[in-house]
Amino acid sequence: MLSKRVIPCLDVRDGKLTKGVRFQGNVDIGDPVETARRYYEEGADEIVFYDITASHEGRGIMLRVVEQVAAQIFIPFSVGGGISTVAHMRDVLLAGAEKVSVNSAAVKNPAIIGEGAAAFGSQCIVVGMDVLRVPATPEIPSGYEIVVHGGRKRTGIDALWWAQEAERLGAGELCVNSIDADGTKDGYELTLTRRIADAVRIPVIASGGAGTPEHMAAAVTQGRASAALIASIVHYGEYTIAQCKEVMAQHGVKVRTVW
Amino acid sequence: MLAILDYQAGNLTSVRRALDHLGIPCTVTADPGTLRAAQGVIFPGVGAAGSAMAHLTATGLGDLLKELVAAGKPLLGICLGCQIVLTASEENQATTLGIIPGRCQRFDASLTDEDGHPIAIPHMGWNTVRLTQPCRLFDGIDPASEFYFVHSYYPVPESRYVIGMTHYGLDFCSVHGKDGLWSVQFHPEKSGRPGLTLLSNFFAYCQEVSHAQ
Repeated sequence: MLSKRVIPCLDVRDGKLTKGVRFQGNVDIGDPVETARRYYEEGADEIVFYDITASHEGRGIMLRVVEQVAAQIFIPFSVGGGISTVAHMRDVLLAGAEKVSVNSAAVKNPAIIGEGAAAFGSQCIVVGMDVLRVPATPEIPSGYEIVVHGGRKRTGIDALWWAQEAERLGAGELCVNSIDADGTKDGYELTLTRRIADAVRIPVIASGGAGTPEHMAAAVTQGRASAALIASIVHYGEYTIAQCKEVMAQHGVKVRTVW
Repeated sequence: MLAILDYQAGNLTSVRRALDHLGIPCTVTADPGTLRAAQGVIFPGVGAAGSAMAHLTATGLGDLLKELVAAGKPLLGICLGCQIVLTASEENQATTLGIIPGRCQRFDASLTDEDGHPIAIPHMGWNTVRLTQPCRLFDGIDPASEFYFVHSYYPVPESRYVIGMTHYGLDFCSVHGKDGLWSVQFHPEKSGRPGLTLLSNFFAYCQEVSHAQ
């Protein structure tokens, strides 16, 4: 029986691990390679790197981070942030990542999803979605709207429609991040997670709002997610990954306990 | 030295990185002389059965693999490699190597999980392997260990070759073969310490065989 995955997310800027409320006041908190190795040894099922570097030079730095991570950790990891071409996807995958994640670039140019899937296989292509709760309108019937550029720009695209469209175009997985919940530590946006998980047949990773391991259990039970993305609750040592999994198991969630 | 078969199917570097980390000498190659000289061959898997098989046939690597196996060269198939050693695949209706009798079929979209929801295809993530016969690849590996899978097709070898089973919508064979000719549907190179142990066990077997000869 397939285990639910626990996935720490590392925001990287200019080769340094950074974390704040995303996109606002990020501060460097360490070395991404060292941190990834620690999470690998502590039982992470997968790791997500989110490159928030804007510069061209920073991109080369990120590729070197990916190479170092790939030489030391032997679980799947994905890289996202600023990836907008198949050539860039190839660089990241050849450097050793298992998957690439596209977000704003896919909203702007949905064809990138299919191009990436055709070149590398759907299992390599994660579509990340930043979602904002809005009043339901004929244009946004679900009441969930896709936003881009770190939540600053609304798109007029319904999140439920976009999830299904991304699946149709060849996405292998969706990472659904609630802008409303992100950084609150009050729990994931379970209604959003559930509605998207029920609407597609590809795995959904719940993102944004994790404050306790109970929240993670709820994301995969009530929210029907396949995986829970976490950041600050492990970055600042409040919980270990093993503690998170222990609580999830107590809530009847099947998790990987031997590593 | 282990040879990782290069059949132009994509990224083969993850297996090499894992072996490098373990200090196991290896090379990624399609050269017949190097493959013959290696203590064992790893047949990694990415891509589709049809195109991979076309390449193996066109280059003669398929025949070479069969020759090596017949001569007792240890072989470890991974993922697509685990499927291509069988006789046929539903994927692209491909006729495959036929080293192990059996076929490969696609997860049926009507299969459901424990909660009655349709399963996602591909089967992607961590899952357990229940051994149905002893296998030295798993020496020193906790039976509760999980391995990382990514696949839409699964092997159905003749029952005497079934070594391990995994559950996803149904029970399927995730490890098959016989001594020195093993295949695993999961990716040991992405399965953390248990996967690395499995690769070490394979190399240890290859060393024993080459020293005995």
